Amino acid sequence: MNAMSRISRRIFLLCGLLTAGLAQAQLSIEITGAGASRIPVAIADFAGDPTLSRIVVGTVRADLERSGLFRLVDPAGAALDENTPVDLPAWKARGADALAAGSITRAADGRIEARFRLYDAQKSETLGGAAFVTQSAQLRMAGHRIADYIYEKLTGEKGVFSTRIAYVVKSRGQFLLQIADADGQGAATALTSTEPIISPVWSPDGSRLAYVSFEKKKPVIYVHSLASGQRHIVANFKGSNSAPAWSPDGRKLAVVLSKDGNSQLYTVNADGSGLQRLASSPGIDTEPRYSADGAHIYFTSDRGGSPQIYRVDASGGAAQRVTFDGSYNVSPRPSPDGRSLAFITRREGRFQLAVMDIASRQVQVLTDSHRDESPSFAPNSRMILFATEIGGRGVLSAVSVDGRIKQRLSIAAGDVREPAWGPFLK
Amino acid sequence: MKKILSLSLFLAVLAGCSTTPVPDENAGAPVESRSGSTDVKPVVAGDLDASGLPRELTDPKSQLSQRSIYFDVDKYEVKGEYQALVAAHAKFLVANRGFKVLIQGNTDETGSREYNLSLGQKRADAVKRALILLGAQENQVESVSLGEEKPRNTGRDEAAFAENRRADVLYRAADGRGEF
Repeated sequence: MNAMSRISRRIFLLCGLLTAGLAQAQLSIEITGAGASRIPVAIADFAGDPTLSRIVVGTVRADLERSGLFRLVDPAGAALDENTPVDLPAWKARGADALAAGSITRAADGRIEARFRLYDAQKSETLGGAAFVTQSAQLRMAGHRIADYIYEKLTGEKGVFSTRIAYVVKSRGQFLLQIADADGQGAATALTSTEPIISPVWSPDGSRLAYVSFEKKKPVIYVHSLASGQRHIVANFKGSNSAPAWSPDGRKLAVVLSKDGNSQLYTVNADGSGLQRLASSPGIDTEPRYSADGAHIYFTSDRGGSPQIYRVDASGGAAQRVTFDGSYNVSPRPSPDGRSLAFITRREGRFQLAVMDIASRQVQVLTDSHRDESPSFAPNSRMILFATEIGGRGVLSAVSVDGRIKQRLSIAAGDVREPAWGPFLK
Repeated sequence: MKKILSLSLFLAVLAGCSTTPVPDENAGAPVESRSGSTDVKPVVAGDLDASGLPRELTDPKSQLSQRSIYFDVDKYEVKGEYQALVAAHAKFLVANRGFKVLIQGNTDETGSREYNLSLGQKRADAVKRALILLGAQENQVESVSLGEEKPRNTGRDEAAFAENRRADVLYRAADGRGEF
């Protein structure tokens, strides 16, 4: 763990909690590793209302730094708006490859407009700019949007700062299904239960979650619309109903039912109709996940004598075994870009996050922890969020697919588990 | 013929204990030898405990008060050492057709929650199948899984994990009173 703390800076962000109540959920993020070469970038203080500016600019800076791909260059100066002429050679001399400047203004209707411009200090040119209009309660979201813009311009990949995550907190005998920004802030509780909640998964449009709740004293699959709080049962057959996974078009779910006495794969429409058997085996089949193109379903099965990962056509048919190394490979998660497969492997009694390059079948173990569970890819496929245990307590960690960048999200009030990273915001 | 086939299937389930005798009416190879403990008597009306169950199901001196069947890591075969216990519960269910049991399968907390949910189901199903092969009726036995979600021992060492790799037998009397 020591080797990882190249940046041992702790960023504690206080969150304005939307919910009063049980388990005041404050996720704090600790960066425990960073990329080898980070892009030096200066984010000037924005002109306009200093309080609002501090919130927006602070969010942009924290996002970029937390990604492990950027190094913040001290802007050390007065606020710069997006129209201020800037001396780019001087910024280059200060070590910045890029500079962002902007302004925050309050419109007559009370909404807030954040404008900014991004400059390439190396080439002395403008890289573009944008304006985001938002309610003051969503001010941090404007910061996330600006950070996404900067991230994409400078790395060529889409940013994920404006996305959301879901996870389950166990605290004082209660289970809370929470939704937060990707940085762990702004946590809101979507569901509270005295019985376990497991396996949340986001619908492809980000408006709904499917999950397994034990509130009926047995595992039952629900679909829950976050904005309205409305939910309906998708599968409540005799036995267990679990492991939901959305099809990429959001119309179907792959599920696991034990109604015939053994955990087997089925597909069902999101409204609970049209149940179909997907595969059959005499053993356990579980944890289905669609590939991003919807063509395949990866799943865990012990049909070969130990739990291993298999793949079947989404329409059914014969399954192919995907993992061969070791006696316990579970929880397959194909990446959104279709290139890799994250999973949990047991090596010498330790449960660790691993990633397979699908083309070469090469496997890399990404962690040195020993109780990793439930991996979930960021929508840009760069980071993997997962649950692990530190000091006997459940925490969330994130690691880049190359294993270099590491972050930890922990909550003071209890155990955090079952993370699910949501899709890009539309 | 079908019965004989089923019984041999049951024996196949009890893999790894080929020398264990087949349970029958008079012999049961109890885990703890205590005279008379494997003889299942018909229920004596009125002789009930606080939960409304006959005392032979809950009296610590009765074999039927033993309700847990333990499993090896990643495994869901009923081990030979639990054969007599399962047989005793089957015998009770045969003699008391109005009673139902709920078999709850559990796992330790290591590994995937979803895989553990399926593993717990397999463990519960293995006990259910054994009970049915020994004469319990399908409608008397229900199997469910709690996976790793309801550990009896919340410790984090191997002793705790071993205690949680378990299927429990819960009883309910014909009048609906009981443990589930």
